[in-house]
Amino acid sequence: MYNTKYVLLGLIVFLGLFTSPFWANLGSASYERPKLALPADQKECIESAEYMRAEHMQLLNVWRDEALREGKRSYVASNGKVWTISLQNTCMKCHTNKAEFCDKCHNSNSVNPYCWDCHVEPKGNQ
Amino acid sequence: MKRSRRQFLKVASLSVLGLSTQLATGGIVNAAETGEQYQATENGLHAGRWAMVIDTRAFETPEDFAACINACHKAHNVPHIPNKQEVKWLWTDKYEHVFPEQENNHMSEALEKRDFLLLCNHCENPPCVRVCPTKATYKRADGIVAMDYHRCIGCRFCMAGCPYGARSFNFGNPRDYIDMAEINPEFPTRMRGVVEKCNFCVERLAKGLMPACVEAAEGKIFFGDLTDPESEVRKVLAENFTIRRKPAVGTQPGVYYII
Repeated sequence: MYNTKYVLLGLIVFLGLFTSPFWANLGSASYERPKLALPADQKECIESAEYMRAEHMQLLNVWRDEALREGKRSYVASNGKVWTISLQNTCMKCHTNKAEFCDKCHNSNSVNPYCWDCHVEPKGNQ
Repeated sequence: MKRSRRQFLKVASLSVLGLSTQLATGGIVNAAETGEQYQATENGLHAGRWAMVIDTRAFETPEDFAACINACHKAHNVPHIPNKQEVKWLWTDKYEHVFPEQENNHMSEALEKRDFLLLCNHCENPPCVRVCPTKATYKRADGIVAMDYHRCIGCRFCMAGCPYGARSFNFGNPRDYIDMAEINPEFPTRMRGVVEKCNFCVERLAKGLMPACVEAAEGKIFFGDLTDPESEVRKVLAENFTIRRKPAVGTQPGVYYII
């Protein structure tokens, strides 16, 4: 290999720069899941908390299409309970604290869903 | 170990076949699951073809119209914008503008002065659905021409396509013109850059309620299933002379007017 010295040096510099975010964050505290305000008077959501945490966006997407296009506005949960499909009238009736529930997690994950441009925030939030 | 090309191709094609069958059957199982998870509401109203008959003779005072318009606009958080960027779900106009092809000489004074209640006609052949590039506007199986505002990109083709001017564009944020304290918390507003229109109160029909304007009209508007010969609208249509707007364009409106 020609110019071994320079090539190796360049490679080391490149690797150092490329991995710099890892070095910069080495000492800092690890990501902690934000503490969310859960509904006080309800024990369980329509599905398990793990499922809702991971899949609520896909679920809402399917909910919207089924309700608006197919006219199917009832959701049968995996435990057999029937729920009305509505973000405003089902989800937010329990999760009344949008700032401490939706926003907190969305903010710490840098996602900006535009639900509330149209949908009305629950009054409990103001 | 040395492999021939023949052996390699055998193993590779078998693995692809295995993977694809797994994916295909997985997809079928998933589709079957969603089929049972989603159902129509128990107490909802259903029809083969929803239709409305407006008895224009019964609407006499401005208050008669205002009751319906206010009920509609309040139920759906429709902003009141006092200029040409207005948003209309339910509004009124004169005979010559409502039925421009069906004018006649020397009409009765009552007819010339009468106001007519206007809304989306929920056509059988809706041009707005045909021109929508994103399928934000679509026709449901029960004849209601509905909108999914999530999908609307604000291109306004539907406004150009609609022969009845039943669609309004949100030039600005409609919430600037809605009192958010007085809002109906059960229905969303719209946002800047989407088109909106009357939805025949699909959300009320799903709950077993009649449309807001029908309820507020107290018998001056009839609403029901056009495919059911026993329905109220069919009886009213059989007993009265009715016309529809712009029959020549072939859209087959679902809103009938008793003259």
